[in-house]
Amino acid sequence: MRKQLKKPDAEGYFGDFGGTYVPETLMYALDELKKAYFEITPSRSFKKKLKYYLETYAGRPTPLYFAEKLTRKFGGARIYLKREDLLHTGAHKINNTLGQIILASRMGKKRVIAETGAGQHGVATATAAALFGLECDVYMGTEDIERQSINVFRMKLLGARVIPVASGACTLKDAMNEAMRDWVARVRDTFYVIGSVAGPHPYPLMVRDFQSVIGHEVKKQVLKREGSLPTHLLACVGGGSNALGLFHPFYENREVKFVGVEAGGLGLRSGRHGAALIKGDVGVLHGSKSLVLENRDGQILLAHSVSAGLDYPGVGPEHAYYKKIKRAEYVSVTDTQAVEGVKMLSGEEGIIPALESAHAVAFLPKMIPGTRKKDIVVVCLSGRGDKDIGIIRENVRL
Amino acid sequence: MNDNRIDRTLAELQKNNKKAFITYITAGDPDLETTRKTVLSLDKAGVDIIELGIPFSDPIADGPVIQRAVQRSLSGGCTVSGVFEIVKKVRKSITSPIVFMTYYNIVYRRGVSAFVRDAKRCGADGLIVPDLPLEESDELLKAASREDFRVIMLTSPTTSPGRFKKIASVSRGFIYHVSLTGVTGVRNTLSSGLKKDLSRLKKLSPIPLCVGFGISGPDKAAEVARFADGVIVGSAIIKIIEQNIEKRKEIPGKVGRFAEKIAAAVHAV
Repeated sequence: MRKQLKKPDAEGYFGDFGGTYVPETLMYALDELKKAYFEITPSRSFKKKLKYYLETYAGRPTPLYFAEKLTRKFGGARIYLKREDLLHTGAHKINNTLGQIILASRMGKKRVIAETGAGQHGVATATAAALFGLECDVYMGTEDIERQSINVFRMKLLGARVIPVASGACTLKDAMNEAMRDWVARVRDTFYVIGSVAGPHPYPLMVRDFQSVIGHEVKKQVLKREGSLPTHLLACVGGGSNALGLFHPFYENREVKFVGVEAGGLGLRSGRHGAALIKGDVGVLHGSKSLVLENRDGQILLAHSVSAGLDYPGVGPEHAYYKKIKRAEYVSVTDTQAVEGVKMLSGEEGIIPALESAHAVAFLPKMIPGTRKKDIVVVCLSGRGDKDIGIIRENVRL
Repeated sequence: MNDNRIDRTLAELQKNNKKAFITYITAGDPDLETTRKTVLSLDKAGVDIIELGIPFSDPIADGPVIQRAVQRSLSGGCTVSGVFEIVKKVRKSITSPIVFMTYYNIVYRRGVSAFVRDAKRCGADGLIVPDLPLEESDELLKAASREDFRVIMLTSPTTSPGRFKKIASVSRGFIYHVSLTGVTGVRNTLSSGLKKDLSRLKKLSPIPLCVGFGISGPDKAAEVARFADGVIVGSAIIKIIEQNIEKRKEIPGKVGRFAEKIAAAVHAV
C-alpha cells in the first residue's frame, strides 16, 4: 500500500505525466484542495461518513457476478462482472461525487460545478449536491444535451442548473473548458467536482482514490469466491476513472493483467475515434500532461464515439503512465462492436450495459480465446444502459 | 541596460514617467494578412508593446470574445508557423516589442526550446502562457534565458504575497497582473480590490506591473494606469475586429483609431 502512494509525486506527476497546468488564479484553489484532501479524507470521521453513504445510499458493495452463460459461450476464462451499473444513479460516478461533495461541504463550500458528457457524472453530482444541500451548476455540451436529454431532465429534477456549452464540438471537452472558466471566476466559493481521473493535481489522484473502492471490493470478492486473484481486469477508458478504480488496488499484483478499452469510433484509421492512449501524442489539456489527440501544431482534435462518455480527446495521466511502463495494455473497440456488446450482454445475461461499459464487454470475444479455463477475467460494468436506449434503438434491428 | 526590446521600452517609459499601453489581438483573426496590417497600425497608434495571440483550440483563460476570435482564426487555417512568418515580415517595419500569448500545449508541441528559438528568430521578444504557473515553468524559463527572451509571468488577486515574491524573482520584462478572478473580457466596472492589490504588490518587487483583463476603453485604461506601470487591452479591441468582420480591409484602420484614443489616455497619466 505504501509503495502505491508514491505515485503521483508531490507535484502530481505519474512519471512524465500529470502536473498542474492551470491559470494562476486557480493555484490558490488547488493548494486549498490539496491541503483539505490530505488532511480531511484520511480522517476517521470522513471515512466513516463516506462509507455510510456509499453503503446505505449508493448501494455498496456492488455484486461481483459470475457470468456463467457468457463463460460457457466463449469456453475460456471464467468471466465475472463487477456490477457498478447497480449503483444509485446507474453508474460508478456516484463513488467519486459522494467523496468530493462530502469533502466540499467539509471545506465550507456552498456551490459545486461539474462538467458532463453522457450526463452520468452530472447526474451523480446533482444527486450528491441535493443530498448535502449544495447549489449545483452542470456544464454540458449542446450536442450531448441533445443525445442525453433524459439525463438533462434528471439533473434539473435534482435541482441542478444545466448550462449549455455551444463552443468547439459542443461535447465533453468543451464542457470542461467552460467549467474551468467558471471556476476561475468563482474560485473562492466554488468547488469543482471533476468526474474523471483527469484535470490538474490533485484531481487524478483524488478521483482514483475515491473510485478504488471498486478494485478493493473485487479483490475481497474474488478471493472469497475463487481463492485466488483474477488474471485479467477489463474496463473501458474514456478519461479512465472506472478503469483506474478497478486497476489501482491491484497495481502491486504484477501477475494481474490490466486491459483498458478505448473508443475506436468509426475505426482507428478513420480519424474519428476517442483512442488517446493508442493514437495520441504527449500534450497538455485541461490541467495535466498526458496523451491527447492533437494535430502537428498542438490543436486538440475532436474525438468521436457512439458513447458520449468516451467522446473525449484526452485521458487521465496515470493511464498514460501505465501505458509507458507497460503495466496496462490498451485496445479499442468500434462503435459497431460496442453496440454488438450491448446486444450480447442483454441476450446472454439479461443485463443492458451502458454504451461505455459495452466497449469492455465487446472486447471479450477477442480476448477470451487467448485465455485458459482457469483464468479469471473481471469486467467492470461501469454503468447501465437506460440512458442509451434511444441511441441503441437507432443502431439495433430487432 | 540590455538588448531586449521589452526591457528597453519599459525603461524608456519609466524614465519619462509614462505608463505602458499594451494591446492584445489574436493572430489570424480573421486572416494573417489583416493581422499583419493591424500590427502595423497599432504600432503607429502609439502602442508600446504588441501582444499577439497564437490561437489554441481550448483557451480556458479566455472569455467569449477571444474564444470567437480564436475560432475564426483556426477555421481560417492559422498555423503557428504562419504567425511566425508575419512577425518576421512586420519586424522590419516596427520597433515595438512583440510578445506572444499562447497556451502551453502549443509551446510544448513544437518543443519548448525550439519554440523559443523560432519565436526569437522571427523577431518576437517574449511570451505569455496563461496556463503555465510557476511550478511548471522551469523548462521554459531556462530556454528563454538562453535566448534572452522574456517569459512574462502572471499574477492574480488570489496570489499570496509570498507567492508573488517568488513569481517576481523569476520574472523578467514585466509581470502581467490579472485584474480580477475570471476570464478575459470587457467588464463595466473595475474590480473593487484592484487599487489596493496593486499598491500592496508594488511594495514587494521593483519589476514593472502591467494590468490586464476587463479593461474596456480609454477611461478605464487611464484609471488603471494611475496605479500600474502599464495596462493591457484585448477583448475591447477584438470587438472592433468582430464588428467589422465583413469589411476586413477596414479593420486595421478602425483598430488603429481606437488604440490611438487609449494610447493618448494612458500616456497622459
